[in-house]
Amino acid sequence: MSHHIVEFDNVFFRYPDGTEALRGINFRITHGESVGVVGANGAGKSTLLQHMNGYLMPTSGTVTIGDLSLTKKTRQEFRKKVGIVFQNPDDQLFMPTVFDDVAFGPLNLGLDEAAVRERVHKSLVMVNGLTLQDKPPHHLSCGQKSAVAIAAVMAMEPDILAMDEPAANLDPRSRRSLITLLKTFKHTKIIASHDLDLILDVCERCLVIGGGCVVADGPSSEILSDGKLLEENSLELPLSLQRR
Amino acid sequence: MTFNEKYFDVGRLDRLSYQETWVHRLDPRTKVIATMLFLITVISFPKYEVVALVPFFLYPVLVMTIGDIPFRFIIKKVLAVSPFVIFIGIFNPLLDTGTAAIIPGIPISAGWLSFISILLKFFLTISAALLLIATTSFPGVCHAFRRLGVPSLIISQLFFLYRYLFVLMEEAMRIIRARDMRAFDRRGTGIKVFARLVGTLFIRTVDRAERIYYAMLARGFQGDIPTLKKSRMTATDFAFLVTTIALIFVFRFFSFTEEIGRTVQGLFI
Repeated sequence: MSHHIVEFDNVFFRYPDGTEALRGINFRITHGESVGVVGANGAGKSTLLQHMNGYLMPTSGTVTIGDLSLTKKTRQEFRKKVGIVFQNPDDQLFMPTVFDDVAFGPLNLGLDEAAVRERVHKSLVMVNGLTLQDKPPHHLSCGQKSAVAIAAVMAMEPDILAMDEPAANLDPRSRRSLITLLKTFKHTKIIASHDLDLILDVCERCLVIGGGCVVADGPSSEILSDGKLLEENSLELPLSLQRR
Repeated sequence: MTFNEKYFDVGRLDRLSYQETWVHRLDPRTKVIATMLFLITVISFPKYEVVALVPFFLYPVLVMTIGDIPFRFIIKKVLAVSPFVIFIGIFNPLLDTGTAAIIPGIPISAGWLSFISILLKFFLTISAALLLIATTSFPGVCHAFRRLGVPSLIISQLFFLYRYLFVLMEEAMRIIRARDMRAFDRRGTGIKVFARLVGTLFIRTVDRAERIYYAMLARGFQGDIPTLKKSRMTATDFAFLVTTIALIFVFRFFSFTEEIGRTVQGLFI
């Protein structure tokens, strides 16, 4: 299953205004792994995610998924393989109804009507959102919006799921059901978040990003219990590990 | 009316369109075609026509009743835009003073007739348009237009307008609320601060547009928004359309009101 491997090889990225966001990122994620990406505000987490489907191109270095390396030509292929869920669901749900929004990706993949309907149905059932399908996104609550945003990405059946702060703005119950949902996905998962408990719960591996580099890489249970390392990166121990 | 109330008012029109009545269930295309025909017919009357316009009120009244749309809500909306029309028409009675008709005893100038005609046409057209929006979801109207041949680029723009109108209004509401909370006694509510608020709103909008475009690319967007055909015209739709067209035709080309008048007169004389 070599086609689900994600590899960043010495990736540098500089924004047009001169900010160096990534300075030599190296890691390799194999099939089925779930990886948390943590780090201070502005450490480069979102920039990193935006490289995974070619919205940003590395200034130098290579991003490889399976046997494809990222170039302007292979971008479309990348977008089929990697589904990204954004932090703010309002940015992601741009169609007038939930159904249309979830159908947007599959239709762009060129599927026929029956297949599109089936995918929409399947992914809405997955997130418990079937009753929402005729509603316009602005009538939904925040938790519902983020559920639909996940369905919209899942409907494209990506090999790899990348998420940016999936639990931001969710109430505890919605957050809990999100975690349960994430655990059922057999995909390769890459989750950038400040919610360290969520990472500890969902991801077996964890990357710490600081100053545009990978500062630490290892099992979540190890990294997230290392108070000193976390503090150096403007983080702290997950709440569940703070109780004594 | 404060900004908050305005916001919920727009939302109300939108919520009305998600009701379930007979009118709401009609295919959007049916309603779009009927409304267009209605508008064109009303506008096509000559400028001194008053009497023949009256039967046309049947359409908005019927749609409002069957569609369970609150009468006062629509009237309020129509009145809110009426100053524009009054300004356009108000000079007619002054400029066009020739006598056009005589109701026993009182001569009526052509200007007054055309003014009243303008008002009637305005009431009819605006209420018909509002009722279309109140009985058909906005996406429905867009799909109808697309399938009636309007270019998809324009339709996409309309979709985005509808989707982000509410997001943008909420954003504006948050900014204004934040200002009001720290603007004691009118300080900080002046035009200078306002200009900067609008600037901020604009920048945020541009940023958001960028993020939305990114989201679209992430899901394989390549220049066109594809959609599935969802609705189908049924026998009810055709029945509604045929009846409407027939009535519009009769009202337009036969002086219906005059006939009623004559019949009634005939009864008494």
